[in-house]
Amino acid sequence: MTSSAAGAPALELKGIVKEYEQNRVLKGVSLSFQSPAEAMEAGIGMVHQEFMLLPGFRVAENIKLNREPTLPNPASRVLGKKLESLDVARMRADARRALDAVGLGIDEWIRVAGLPVGHMQFIEIAREVDKERLKLLIFDEPTAVLTESDAEKLLDIMRGLASKGHAILFITHRLDEVLAVANRITVLRDGEVVGTPDPKTTTVARIAELMVGRPAAIAAQRRFFAPTTEPALGIEHLREDMPGERVEDISLAVRRGEILGIGGLAGHGKLGIANGIMGLYPAWGRVVFGEKLFPLNEPREALERGLAFVSEDRRGVGLLPEESVELNIALSALEAQGRFLHPSPIPALQVLNHGAMHRHALEMIRALDIRTTGPSQQVRRLSGGNQQKVCVARAMTLRPKLLFVSEPTRGIDVGAKERVLEILTALNREQEVTLVVTSSELAELRAICDRVAIVYRGKVEAILPPDAPDAAFGLAMAGESARAA
Amino acid sequence: MRLPGTLREFGIPRLLIAVFLAVLFGVAVATHMDLRGLISDSIVRVGRNGILVLALLPAIQGGLGLNFGLPLGIICGLVGAVISLNAGVHGIWGVAMAAGIGVALAVPVGMGYGWLLNRTRGQEMMVGTYLGFAMVSMMSVFWLLAPFKNPTLVWAIGGRGLRTTLSLGGIYDKVLDRWLEFTVAGVRIPGGTLVVFGGLSFLTWLFFRTRMGISIAAARSSTRFARAAGISDERTRLQATVLSTVLGAIGIVIFSQSYGFVQLYTAPLLMAFPAIACILIGGATVTRATIGHVIVGTLLFQSILTVALPVTSQVIQGDISETARLIIQNGMILYALTRVGRA
Amino acid sequence: MARVLRHLVPLLFLALCVFGIVVAKITAPFLLSEMLVRIGRNSVLVLSLLVPILAGLGLNFGIVIGAMAGQIGAILIVKWGIPGIGGFGLAWLIATPIAILLGIATGSLFNRAKGREMVTGLIAGFFANGLYQLLFLFAVGSIIPFHNPAMVLPQGYGLRNTVDLSTIQYAIDDLIKLRFHLQGVEIRVPVVSYALIAAFCFLTLFFFRTRLGQQFRAMGQDPHVAAIAGIPVERNRIVATVLSTVTAAWGQLLFLQNIGTLNTYSSHEQVGMFAIAALLVSGATVSQATVGQALLGTVLFHTLFVVSPLAGKALAGDAQIGEYFRVFVAYALITVALVLHAWQSARAAREARRETR
Repeated sequence: MTSSAAGAPALELKGIVKEYEQNRVLKGVSLSFQSPAEAMEAGIGMVHQEFMLLPGFRVAENIKLNREPTLPNPASRVLGKKLESLDVARMRADARRALDAVGLGIDEWIRVAGLPVGHMQFIEIAREVDKERLKLLIFDEPTAVLTESDAEKLLDIMRGLASKGHAILFITHRLDEVLAVANRITVLRDGEVVGTPDPKTTTVARIAELMVGRPAAIAAQRRFFAPTTEPALGIEHLREDMPGERVEDISLAVRRGEILGIGGLAGHGKLGIANGIMGLYPAWGRVVFGEKLFPLNEPREALERGLAFVSEDRRGVGLLPEESVELNIALSALEAQGRFLHPSPIPALQVLNHGAMHRHALEMIRALDIRTTGPSQQVRRLSGGNQQKVCVARAMTLRPKLLFVSEPTRGIDVGAKERVLEILTALNREQEVTLVVTSSELAELRAICDRVAIVYRGKVEAILPPDAPDAAFGLAMAGESARAA
Repeated sequence: MRLPGTLREFGIPRLLIAVFLAVLFGVAVATHMDLRGLISDSIVRVGRNGILVLALLPAIQGGLGLNFGLPLGIICGLVGAVISLNAGVHGIWGVAMAAGIGVALAVPVGMGYGWLLNRTRGQEMMVGTYLGFAMVSMMSVFWLLAPFKNPTLVWAIGGRGLRTTLSLGGIYDKVLDRWLEFTVAGVRIPGGTLVVFGGLSFLTWLFFRTRMGISIAAARSSTRFARAAGISDERTRLQATVLSTVLGAIGIVIFSQSYGFVQLYTAPLLMAFPAIACILIGGATVTRATIGHVIVGTLLFQSILTVALPVTSQVIQGDISETARLIIQNGMILYALTRVGRA
Repeated sequence: MARVLRHLVPLLFLALCVFGIVVAKITAPFLLSEMLVRIGRNSVLVLSLLVPILAGLGLNFGIVIGAMAGQIGAILIVKWGIPGIGGFGLAWLIATPIAILLGIATGSLFNRAKGREMVTGLIAGFFANGLYQLLFLFAVGSIIPFHNPAMVLPQGYGLRNTVDLSTIQYAIDDLIKLRFHLQGVEIRVPVVSYALIAAFCFLTLFFFRTRLGQQFRAMGQDPHVAAIAGIPVERNRIVATVLSTVTAAWGQLLFLQNIGTLNTYSSHEQVGMFAIAALLVSGATVSQATVGQALLGTVLFHTLFVVSPLAGKALAGDAQIGEYFRVFVAYALITVALVLHAWQSARAAREARRETR
């Protein structure tokens, strides 16, 4: 039985799994799969993080989807097997057996829509178990949506499956669970194997340490001065509806003049915080900015009150790739503050002041060293790092009091990375802009931040100084910061 | 087969259409047809149809796709025209009154239409098509029952119900075409209509450089970018729809004065389709269009429609231009629909 | 709201029909004889819409193309002068492969325009109409040899506006003759046509319960999940379009043998709109429709078709108003269905996201 646990962000993990699926050795044969159907044929099953169930179908129909037992009929004898009639009795019997195997006692003929999330998870597993040729079963964060008792049940089922000779690949960040069931463990970080600790001897703290790794070399330029304790932004019980991110109950106080880092595993809500406060996704909670209650879900209000945001999604939110560099830099200020416009009696019909916009863009290009042929170049023609600088330039143009920056160095090359981080620290140091930096790269947070908050399952798990031990960060990311104390 | 980049950007259908037009003109020259007349007719039709094509631009720029619901604006313009005719206002003031009433109606109609499109995201084109169809047929009932009494408008027999085609002869038939009319190398140019078309094109261009226009275009490019910049894309989509509907209302009034007739009942039903074909032939896609696309496309497509009939009728009897129009127009729209997210 | 509407639309429609029947003083025997004929000739066209809806393609506005294939068959057997059931059978044999090819073409277009199948189908119908005109108005008799003075225009090429189908009229309807008189009105029951409709209903229901039918249902619910389960979604979408196109071709032939004349350039034009409106009257939606709804919708919609001009005449002294009104009703129904569909799918997407969190 092969079992592996890993604690790197799920996004990277999926990449790895994909690679596994494309080039996997099974029973001594190297396989590469072009489609899900081929992987299925070879005996690989997967329990997905997002459910692959049809809500309008009955439980048995979902379990037997595209593997329905059939009966021949006159039409199928002429026109082929695809027209064979469904054998409903056998579908139900098979489904019953599979459901019993995973210990789910629900009726196999009810519709999936409206069932509790835990049930859906077990139906997914039942579907995989029902596959006759199943050899390897992949679980992608299966316990993330389950209650404690359901999670226990799931671990029991995994042990049972393994004892029947099925191999299981268990992808999770819950270190306790890994230690409870795994025969072998592999820890991945940023798409690389960083260790294979023996589950019999290792500890949760040791795995956590492996997950985090050493801070990078930029640690040298860290800024050391006591940040003010004056509150700039107070967040209380922030809850948010952002797809793929859990923001359930975030409470956090940002101090004026500091650089606050927000870290944590993918999907746990770190990216949701900035998006929620900037009004990009529906959010609830109490936010105070500059001693005044701050209205949520009002993007324009956020900009007008002096907040700005450099989004993690450069292409979707951060830029208009088809438009020019100058328009991209000017647009937010043009919209929210009415700058770069000729005066006109009707505010909405003020015509663009092209000259002012152009001059400002030139200034920014020089200040941030944006490599471009000129302000009128299309943004999509720039490199990733320069696109990111355009995003920062737009945020700076707003002259914000507080700036959110999410994933500042994602997808840009090493040299540009350092330059972007320098620009951000300079902004904080020279213009006294309070910064909230969210990043998947813990090392860069530890390099530039005064404090680093770690979120876990939609809540702030811990706020650590950048020089706290690696294990403290690792345990916080795994939701076990109590253990570090 | 891989085509060179610029040619690929131009698109095979567009290339075929340009070649087809060139062949038609070639035949016309070879057979000593009245080339000046053909060119003049083409230009007249550009002026006549241009604003209806221009009306599609705000919808595309606003992210609503091809505005198949153009008949909604057209109906507003027609109501304006009928009211001005019923009041007996002649000449340029008749046109102005028709357009004015049309615009006044198009604003609330466009707001209602835009509100509906905001609730039916992803299906704008289908909803627009059938909303247009439904309104045209509802108006057909209205034209029959409407309380207009002017004997030049209603059926002679029975005295009730508007006629299907109202002649503008002696009222404001071609007033704009004749205003500022001039002749270049024997080619008659309908100056006034072109000035109106050019003026509205310029205003539309200018509008997309104002704060509101920039917001509309930004929201089209990326809803989420717009939201982050404090732009409500529900609002910009509504604004784009209203503008498109308003231009549709003006467009049909200009069309009618140039054509010399106001066509009621089912006439507006399919009017969106040739206009859409024009802007697509000009190089627009479902997500991007410019004033240049409007002008080039109208010129190309209307020229084909003008030249095809006289040229082909030398070879064959019967009107093949209608068939050619169906194939080119719908082929072009199909091509654009199957290329969303590619080009 | 959806549930209310499912019953509200047919009930409103029924009320409208009853109102029309009362004001126009339409007698039961007249209505019965009209309806028997209309149901007999329209049902298969409406049934042809079901499979694409099941497979998640929405309302197939491209059935117009199938209708054209049927007409090609009809035109050829008239040219060859083959009458009766033999002629009908041959038309059927000619139309089927043409419809299959056109269905494959349409289905491939749909695959290139995912999410815009309906508008693409509509425009594809217009486009095909252009090609159809090119074929029968210009190519026939000039490029394609076609000698039949009764059918060809005096100029020597191009078909006349109408093709006389009297040689195959009632070939199916009257295969078994059943007629009786009710209050002095002759009522004809097209027994074999009804048997065919019953067979089509049965085949459709049977198909829903096969392996392929189950695949279509899964695709209709969520093409992504279906693909993960190994279902060949793109290929199946083409199969669904082909089935629909072929059924439409057969439906159009059944329609034509009842009418007895073919309007060469317009018989097919309204096929899609009327079939779709009929289906929607029953409360069916863009994503959900049953055989029962297809039949109920046909009955209700064609009742209005009979009643509305008569009611218009009785109410306003003008049959034209009734005719415009029924066209309005057809378009308005489709609009409402499309609006509701878009409205609901937007909301469902939001809710689905919330649920899986």
